Amino acid sequence: MSTIAEKFGREDWSRFTFKQRMQRYAAFALSALLLAWALGSIDVIWVWVWDAPEQMGDLLGRMYPPDPSNLGAILRVLLETVNIATFATALGVVVSLPVAYLAAQNTTPNRATLWLGRLILVTSRSVNTIIWALLFVAIFGPGVVAGILAIMFRSIGFIGKLLGEAIEEIDKRPVEALEATGASRFKVIVYAIIPQVMPTFWAVAILRWDINLRESTVLGLVGAGGIGIILQGAIDTFNWPEAAMVLLAILALVVLGEVVSAFLRRRIL
Amino acid sequence: MLKITDLVKRYGKGDPVLKNLDLTIEGESVVSIIGSSGAGKSTLLRCINRLVEPTSGSIVLNGTELTTLQGRELRAARRKIGMVFQSFNLVDRLTVMENVQSGRLGYISTWAAVMRRYPKKDIRRAFELMERVGIAHYADKRADELSGGERQRVGVVRALMQDPEILLADEPTASLDPKTSEQIMGLLRDLAGELKLPVLINIHNVNEAKIYTDRIVGMRYGRIIFDDKPDSLDQEAMDQIYSGSPHADRSTDMKEAS
Amino acid sequence: MSDAPDTWRKPPFIANRWLRWAVYLGVITYIVWVGASMPINWERVADGLGRAKRIFGGAFPPSFERSGLLIDGFLESLKIALLATAGGVALSIPIAFMAARNIAPLPIYYLGRAIIIIARSFHPVIVAIIFVKAVGFGPFAGVLTLIVYSIGFVAKMLAERIEEIDFGQVEAMRAAGAPYLSTLVYAIFPQIMPRQIGLSIYQLDSNLRASAVVGIVGAGGIGATLANAFGRYDYDFALAITIVIVGAILISEGVSGMIRKRIG
Repeated sequence: MSTIAEKFGREDWSRFTFKQRMQRYAAFALSALLLAWALGSIDVIWVWVWDAPEQMGDLLGRMYPPDPSNLGAILRVLLETVNIATFATALGVVVSLPVAYLAAQNTTPNRATLWLGRLILVTSRSVNTIIWALLFVAIFGPGVVAGILAIMFRSIGFIGKLLGEAIEEIDKRPVEALEATGASRFKVIVYAIIPQVMPTFWAVAILRWDINLRESTVLGLVGAGGIGIILQGAIDTFNWPEAAMVLLAILALVVLGEVVSAFLRRRIL
Repeated sequence: MLKITDLVKRYGKGDPVLKNLDLTIEGESVVSIIGSSGAGKSTLLRCINRLVEPTSGSIVLNGTELTTLQGRELRAARRKIGMVFQSFNLVDRLTVMENVQSGRLGYISTWAAVMRRYPKKDIRRAFELMERVGIAHYADKRADELSGGERQRVGVVRALMQDPEILLADEPTASLDPKTSEQIMGLLRDLAGELKLPVLINIHNVNEAKIYTDRIVGMRYGRIIFDDKPDSLDQEAMDQIYSGSPHADRSTDMKEAS
Repeated sequence: MSDAPDTWRKPPFIANRWLRWAVYLGVITYIVWVGASMPINWERVADGLGRAKRIFGGAFPPSFERSGLLIDGFLESLKIALLATAGGVALSIPIAFMAARNIAPLPIYYLGRAIIIIARSFHPVIVAIIFVKAVGFGPFAGVLTLIVYSIGFVAKMLAERIEEIDFGQVEAMRAAGAPYLSTLVYAIFPQIMPRQIGLSIYQLDSNLRASAVVGIVGAGGIGATLANAFGRYDYDFALAITIVIVGAILISEGVSGMIRKRIG
């Protein structure tokens, strides 16, 4: 009689092969090293760090209770924030359509236009809304115009990229069928491509609107309009109860925005 | 009249898919092309309306040489060639009427196409054809709400809306159940007669080819090896069309060459 | 035979006529109202073209002269991102368990969800200002900010993953008499681990992006360098910084995409 272990010729078992184990150790070691390097060299005054919980508690204490005396003004600017987000999303959507067309391999006229489209997308996506806002405030001065443009420029890349991918993934057979009827390129796009990407189009526009609501709450911090201006003012004057009220208003806005966009998604798709 | 002479299609550097093929279709006959998968049936059909670019040879439809056309002229020629597809190739999210009218895209202005302002006579024609194939009551439905047989009827009406001089059908019944498939074949045959339209059908089902078509063309590995009335398609011809391998075929090439 | 109709209209998107017109009217009113009510100084905007010319004129060619400053700023951003990812992911795991409906008792579930909602709702820049006020200028505020930011995303996704796990495996462990922790290790961790690693790498990438902006309000890193350059009208240096940020983001996106693909 032989035991099962003898039959299989081994009694040891481990989950990973030697090479796998080594790879895992290497990954762990690398992560640990990176963290140690970051921790060791970061420019931090450690006394402040140990002090931080107390400071945070102190700040929260000063925020309570939130002060609603300025609620009227807060709500008015909050509405302006929503308008910035909505307008910028709408404009961004319109501009991103031709960009998506250029950046999709199956619709772009030639290689040069493909790379142009991709360049626009990458530039737009890699520069953060706040940095766009800094630039537009410098150009157009403080105010909502800079805010709208900043959000719009950042949205073009996001919407354009997702839409371009949707165009690349369409069912090609209707396109072939319409080409066979002798339809021109433009008509094929209108009849066979646009209907297919419509659901993605709406989904992406709604998603981006939701994100833009959040982004437009900080524009004011660099002078580009919206609720951020009031927040900055309250913080600068150490008016913490009012700052708390603004934060609550932002929280309500964002949660409401999520509810609305979830509703729209269900209705339209 | 469709006249194909010395047609060759080669993908990349490989063996040609169509080898010096000649075929003439006259009058308003319904012609079926049979042959096993990979025989080049689908490529042949797609060469005619240039969805596939022929490597060499000539295709003349009613006096127009198709192989050299470009751009606007090619589109004008394509609208005279209707095509019905195996997987229907409808635009699912558009209504049946829009799908049907997309057969007219080669004729109407871009503005009319975008705004869906179709000419009155096109709309009347669409309703007549849809009535004829039994889908008129679906005009406002989205194409993806229809069953397979209904969808293929939309595909047929779309092709007929082009006012074609010839109708190509690439395995029009391969995605359908047997009963629906016979209905569609019957419809194609009847419409060909009513509209005095030559029809060229790729088909897998030899029985259907025998029943519904006037002439059968048998292809094997890029050549036509049978071309006659359905009655003449005997067991021997069938064996020739459906047996053998590309290798066997190529070795006979070598013998001929040497 | 031509008794067939010769007109056809595409069925409208909204079937009810009144509702349709109400929607159109609403949209138009909204656009007009917003256009009229926005506090826009058109003269100032019209000046913009000249300014744009000056700014872009000043920005080209980008200046890499103070590359020491640039590299220090970038390395600080990287450190912030690394530490915040480690801290954020570590904290996300317990919070995700708290916020998973199928594991946590109801009161804890609500607490977990509330933490996630708050962390998600505030843009990192807002969180950064508050931390800067609480713990002072510098990278520590940045790390705290991005920890909050990471929790908002990682804990949410992870909680969703936990809610989707195959509960049969947990039952099998319990049936085998396994204690609570072993159940966790054998039945739940293996199911969420691949997701967790993918999320961490994705979050490192996002944190690097975000760390470039929290500096603008004083939370350390390359953002601070950028804000300074902008404030001093050093547009050529600002452009150089932006180019470095964009380059770093592209590289990090590529690397993170590659690793996530390999891990599957």
